[in-house]
Amino acid sequence: MANSAVFRTCPTTGLKVDRSAESLIKANAVAAVVFLAVGGLFGLLVALTRWPAVHFLPADWFYLALTAHGLDVLLVWIIFFEMAVLYFASAVLLNSRLAGPKWAWTGFGMMLVGAIITNIAVLRGQSSVMFTSYVPMMAESSFYLGIILFAVGALIGCFVFFGTLVVAKQEKTYQGSIPLVTFGALTAAIIAVFTIASGAIILIPTWLYSLGIVKYIDPLVYKTIWWGMGHSSQQINVSAHVAVWYAIAAMVFGAKPLSEKVSRMAFLMYILFLQLASAHHMLVEPGFSSEWKIFNTSYAMYLAVLGSMVHGMTVPGSIEAAQRARGLTKGLFEWLRKAPWSNPAFAGMFMSLVFFGFIGGISGVVMGTEQINLIMHNTLYVPGHFHGTVVAGTTLAFMAITYLLVPLIFRRELKFRKLAQWQPYVFGIGVAGISLFMMGAGTLGVARRHWDMTFADAQLPFDYPATAFLMMGLNGMFAVLAALGGVMFVVIVVGSVFFGKKLAPDEKPSYPEVPPSAAAVGHYGSSDTLKIPGTAMLVGIFFIAFVLYYFVNWKYLSEIWPLS
Amino acid sequence: MAITPPSQRIWWKEPIAKIELIWIAIAFTWGLFMFFMMIYWHGAGEQNLSNEAYKTTAQQYARKAQAVIDEYTVRQENGFPVVRPPEGSDVYLIARLWQWWPILELEKDKSYRLHLSSMDWQHGFSLQPVNINVQVHPGYDMVVTVRPDQAGEYGIVCNEFCGIGHHNMVGKIYVVE
Ligand code: HEM
Ligand SMILES: [Cu+2]
Ligand SMILES: [Cu+2]
Repeated sequence: MANSAVFRTCPTTGLKVDRSAESLIKANAVAAVVFLAVGGLFGLLVALTRWPAVHFLPADWFYLALTAHGLDVLLVWIIFFEMAVLYFASAVLLNSRLAGPKWAWTGFGMMLVGAIITNIAVLRGQSSVMFTSYVPMMAESSFYLGIILFAVGALIGCFVFFGTLVVAKQEKTYQGSIPLVTFGALTAAIIAVFTIASGAIILIPTWLYSLGIVKYIDPLVYKTIWWGMGHSSQQINVSAHVAVWYAIAAMVFGAKPLSEKVSRMAFLMYILFLQLASAHHMLVEPGFSSEWKIFNTSYAMYLAVLGSMVHGMTVPGSIEAAQRARGLTKGLFEWLRKAPWSNPAFAGMFMSLVFFGFIGGISGVVMGTEQINLIMHNTLYVPGHFHGTVVAGTTLAFMAITYLLVPLIFRRELKFRKLAQWQPYVFGIGVAGISLFMMGAGTLGVARRHWDMTFADAQLPFDYPATAFLMMGLNGMFAVLAALGGVMFVVIVVGSVFFGKKLAPDEKPSYPEVPPSAAAVGHYGSSDTLKIPGTAMLVGIFFIAFVLYYFVNWKYLSEIWPLS
Repeated sequence: MAITPPSQRIWWKEPIAKIELIWIAIAFTWGLFMFFMMIYWHGAGEQNLSNEAYKTTAQQYARKAQAVIDEYTVRQENGFPVVRPPEGSDVYLIARLWQWWPILELEKDKSYRLHLSSMDWQHGFSLQPVNINVQVHPGYDMVVTVRPDQAGEYGIVCNEFCGIGHHNMVGKIYVVE
């Protein structure tokens, strides 16, 4: 296939950018942001309803909004954005043309149509089954069809990514090995194939069941395979947002991974030890053996968690090393104090790192412990945990890199810079708040996916403690803050993409400041002069918090009724 | 940089910095510890699920539950039978849209084999305020041996979404001295 691709040269990085890859990144990113806006609005409505003093929506609308929220943000926003990341990490970073742009557009079209079909099904009101759609509760058949279309579209996108890696290798568009960020994206894409296969295995029969063609689906089998998709897709998110952390560290600081070997091994852990990652959703279900649960919930002895803990050191470590190489060497933390906190790309990325580790990561491991799950399963602790991972972690990281992508890919100056400077803080603090307060309410037993914590219409009375009500009120307030941060993000992005000053072909964006790639901080790498005491301290604090919190929860567990 | 190919072409031969190695060793050891902690608790801890479960049907399960209700009902409350089964016996709780049926009355520090199953969709058995949460499926009879260790009145909330009446699905267990 002759090279029919059209390129431009990026004035900031000197990379050749395939125009069709560029258009696809734009299309996927715009679709992502639109669905984030829609899904985020539903999230706000849900949170306002769970705020006891406000109790905004009626019950049927609440369950509808919650279904739409889960689908639009977890599935649609994240996966559209991941498609943009895949095309960026392959075609753009490797200086290559995109393999099969027509296929990529087909995939994009299917994802868009699928997302719209499912949204319509939900809005019609007969498909308020939550995004997990556990059988035997059934949605309209178009609900499943839309998700299947969306997933197949995403699968096509993954294969375009793989194809691009092959093309780049054959056409020798780069020297040596693929960049670490591309390696991270590759991890994400490989897991995505596994994920989508699990999704197809369970959702296609469910769709046929909804049409009356298949006669029976076992609820336990459904759930096990469904989470083969549902959980592995979270591992896609982790791989993708860790790749984004590395990318931002490189683009803002010229940071170089401390050791390519260690960072790549850590990504590899995600693939190798995914196992049946659905297991930690099945810890209190009937009919599994404890051996199976223990082996699989720990992803075979926590080796994937090890991967994340390694990234948790190497990402800030590479930033510290870069900053120290620039002369910010005073004390433990001068490098961090003098970091560009007003650059939204850095601020968002660093908060994403901290919140993902401290809130999402620790709570996830604790909750995924076989026995401890008993005191958390299906309480609000669960959404508390994953707003720490997928919102404070993934979403915030994706928002952060958007501030770099708008000037580089959309070729527009960012507008509303003052607003942009505050956006990561408003959103980050809001989301940290909702995560922590939902976790708090969950610890007090409050159920997730639940319209009325006062049980006003129940046949038998029951009261949650007053503190639980306080938690939900605070959750509502922080949800408003998070939603405000979300609105700020959408306004900045839409404003810049459509009305920002156009950059001339050879013009470098003036904001956020990105050092020319030549400023890459050269040769620390694995040299033995490497000193990162600040990071060592941060990691130490993290570890102590982790251990303490882990044992506190065993203590809570030991206080409930004996069970056997 | 992380966005460019590794500057050392043979990156896999680079030595690893000491601080990275230390952290990997700590994190790995901690992972192993957490893994063995779950196994340890099966022996030393008192809160474990036995994972005893049987395939069943709604009719079959309802029949067994009804037999126990007929035999041990001690009074009625809000239209619910209050069932007080003997120590060590098989106690059945029916989950259905949108009730936990019947109300149970158990004795403190006595063990019971509590059966859980659903007549229709999935439900979530969430015993409050102790905060014990177990998933309830249709077609599966799950057995949990419980030993209530504090007297009082407990609520059973449903914490798996089960349709429009989900938030009204509340049951009750009494634990008496
Ligand atoms: C403005 C920002 C957001 C707010 C205020 C918010 C708030 C909430 C609340 C209150 C719940 C309901 C918990 C329950 O009743 O069970 C919820 C559920 C959920 N949220 Fe968010 N959220 C936000 C953003 C996001 C984002 C960006 C994502 C994904 C990337 C996300 C993913 C989810 C998921 C998957 C659920 C579970 C839905 C279910 O149980 O079916 N949220 N959110
Ligand atoms: Cu229920
Ligand atoms: Cu329910």
